[in-house]
Amino acid sequence: MHMADALLSPPVATVMYAASAAATGISVHKLKKDENTQKLPTMAVAAALVFAGQMINYTIPGTGSSGHLSGGMLLSALLGPQAGFLSMVVILAIQSLFFADGGLMALGANCWNMAFYGCFVGYYLIWQPIMRGRLFPKMEAKAAARTKIIMASVIGCIVTLQTGAFSVVVETSLSGITELPFGAFCALMQPIHLAIGLVEGLITTAILIFVFEARPELLQEVNAKTGGHKGKLTLKKTLVALAVLVVMVGGALSLFASSNPDGLEWALFGNTEAGYNENMALDEEDYGIESGLSEKAASVQEKTAFLPDYSFADSESAAGTAVSGIVGSAIVAVAAAGISVLGRFFRKKKQA
Amino acid sequence: MDRIDHAASELREMDDLAALSSPIHSIHPLAKLIVTISYIILTVSFSKYDLSGLIVMLLYPVIIFSISGIPIKTCFYKLRIVLPLVCAVGLFNPFFDKAPLMSIGSIAVSGGVISMITLMLKGMFCLMASFILVATTTMDAICAALRKIRMPGMIVTLLLLTYRYISVMIDEVSVMATAYKLRAPGQKGVHYSAWGSFLGQLLLRSMDRAEEMYSSMQLRGFSGEFQYADVSPAKPKDYLYTVFAVGIFFLFRMINIATLFGGIALGGSL
Repeated sequence: MHMADALLSPPVATVMYAASAAATGISVHKLKKDENTQKLPTMAVAAALVFAGQMINYTIPGTGSSGHLSGGMLLSALLGPQAGFLSMVVILAIQSLFFADGGLMALGANCWNMAFYGCFVGYYLIWQPIMRGRLFPKMEAKAAARTKIIMASVIGCIVTLQTGAFSVVVETSLSGITELPFGAFCALMQPIHLAIGLVEGLITTAILIFVFEARPELLQEVNAKTGGHKGKLTLKKTLVALAVLVVMVGGALSLFASSNPDGLEWALFGNTEAGYNENMALDEEDYGIESGLSEKAASVQEKTAFLPDYSFADSESAAGTAVSGIVGSAIVAVAAAGISVLGRFFRKKKQA
Repeated sequence: MDRIDHAASELREMDDLAALSSPIHSIHPLAKLIVTISYIILTVSFSKYDLSGLIVMLLYPVIIFSISGIPIKTCFYKLRIVLPLVCAVGLFNPFFDKAPLMSIGSIAVSGGVISMITLMLKGMFCLMASFILVATTTMDAICAALRKIRMPGMIVTLLLLTYRYISVMIDEVSVMATAYKLRAPGQKGVHYSAWGSFLGQLLLRSMDRAEEMYSSMQLRGFSGEFQYADVSPAKPKDYLYTVFAVGIFFLFRMINIATLFGGIALGGSL
C-alpha cells in the first residue's frame, strides 16, 4: 500500500504532510510530557522487529499464497498509539529511503494511510473500547481477554486497512494521476485489502495472543480491570468521535477537491505554449533574432542542423511541436548517455 | 525467505556506497536534502502530457550518478518495488483517455499512452533522486541535517536507533527463518501453528534487549537525546550547489528545453 511519489501531485502531498506532521507533533508532545525516555529504545527495537517481521512469509492454510504482517495494530497494542505511530513513521521513512518502498514526497501520505489509521484509529476506536468494554461477562477473565484480543486485532486490521486503501484512492484521484473512474478504482482496491486485512489481522492476533500468554503486562489496556473502568469510551462516545473524524476528513477533502489540482498546476506553471511565453516573458518574434550575432548564429545553425530539410511549413502546429519534442528528447537522451560514458572514462583514468 | 537476506545485503550496500568519497559525497547533507526534495516536487509537478518537458529532468540523476560513481545498476534493481504500483495505476490510462494528442508519422498517439509513460518516468526519476541522496549521504549525516531543520530530537534519535537495530533484527530473523526452513523442508512459509510463536519469541527477547539497551545508554550518560557528530558547517560551495541545482530545475520546469533543442536541430524555425 506504499504510494510512490509519482502517484501524488505536490498540493495533495503537501496536505498529507501537514496532516501527518500534526499527528507526529502531537505524539512527540504527549510522549515528552510523560517524560518517558525509557520508551525510546523499546520503540526502536519494536520498530526494527516489525520491519524485519514484515519480510516473513506466513502460509495461509488452504491456499497456495502467503500473507505478511502489518505493523500498525501490533505496534500500538504493544507501545500505545503515540509511540506506535512514531515507530511506524520511522519504519516508513527508512523504507522509503533505503528500500524504495514509497517515496520522500509521498511519505506524508503513507504515514497517514498506514500509521495514522493503524495506530490512532485502530487504538482509540477499536483496541481500547474493546479491551475496556465488558463484552464477555460470562467468560472466565483470561478467556474473555483472549477473545477480546482476537476480536480487536482482526477488526482493527480490517478497518484500518480499508480506511488506508480508501485514502490511497482518494489521494490518487485528487492528484489527477489516473484516468480510472473513482468508483472503479475503489472497486479494485477495497476488496483486495479486505482479504489482506483479514490475513494480517489473524497474524497480528497470533503474535499478540502469544505475547499475552507469556507476558501479558507488555500489552496495552489488557491489565486494565474490566468492568472497573466502566468503559471510559462508551459506544456513544465512540460513535461521536467517529462522526467528528468523518466530518473533519470529509471537510478537508472537499475543500481540496474543489481547488482542482490540475487547474492549480496550470495556473502556477502554465502548461500551454502561450503560458510558457507569458511566464517567461518570451515572444517568438524577438527570440534573440535581433542582434547581428544571433543572425550569424542562426545561419551557422541552419548549416549545422542535422535535419535541415526536415522542417514544417507551419511550425506552430501541434505536429511541429511534437516532432521537435521528440527530437529534443532524443538529444537529451544522447547527452545523458554521453555524460555517463564520460564519467566512467574519467573515473577509470583516475583509478589507473 | 530470501527477502530477508536481500534486505540485509541491500542495507549493507547502501552503507558502503554512502561511505565512498566523491565531490557529491562531500556536499553538506542539508544541501543535498533540499536539492533532492525540490527535484522530486518539480518533477512530479509536470503536467501528465508534458513528456518532452519531463525528459530533461533525466539529466540531473545522470550527471550525479556520473560524478559520484555510484552504480546505476543498484538503483534500477530497486525499481522492481516502485514500478508495479505505479504501472497498476497508469496502465488504465490508455483505455480511458483515447483522444489523440500527437502523431508520429501516421500513427496517432493517444493522451493516455503519453500520460502512462510520463507517470512511469516520474516514478523512476523520483526513485533515482532519493537513491542518490541515501547513496551519497550516511544516515548519521541525514539525521544531523534533519536536526538542523528543527526536526524533533525524539524522532531523529528514534530514526537512528531503529536504523541501527534493523540490521540486528534482520540478522536474527534471517537465522530463525533458516532454522525454520531446515526443519520444515518444502514449506512455503511459516505454518499457521507457528504464526504467533515465530515472531512472538523474538519479540519477547527483543523487549528484554531494549531494557538492557536503555540501561547501557543511561550508564553512558544518555539524557533523552544523542549528541551528534557535528557536520562541518556549510561552505560556500554547498550554497552554490543548492542555488545552482534548484535554479536549473526551475528553468527546466519553466522552459521546455527538449522542444527548444529539437526546434533548433530541425533548422532553427522555432
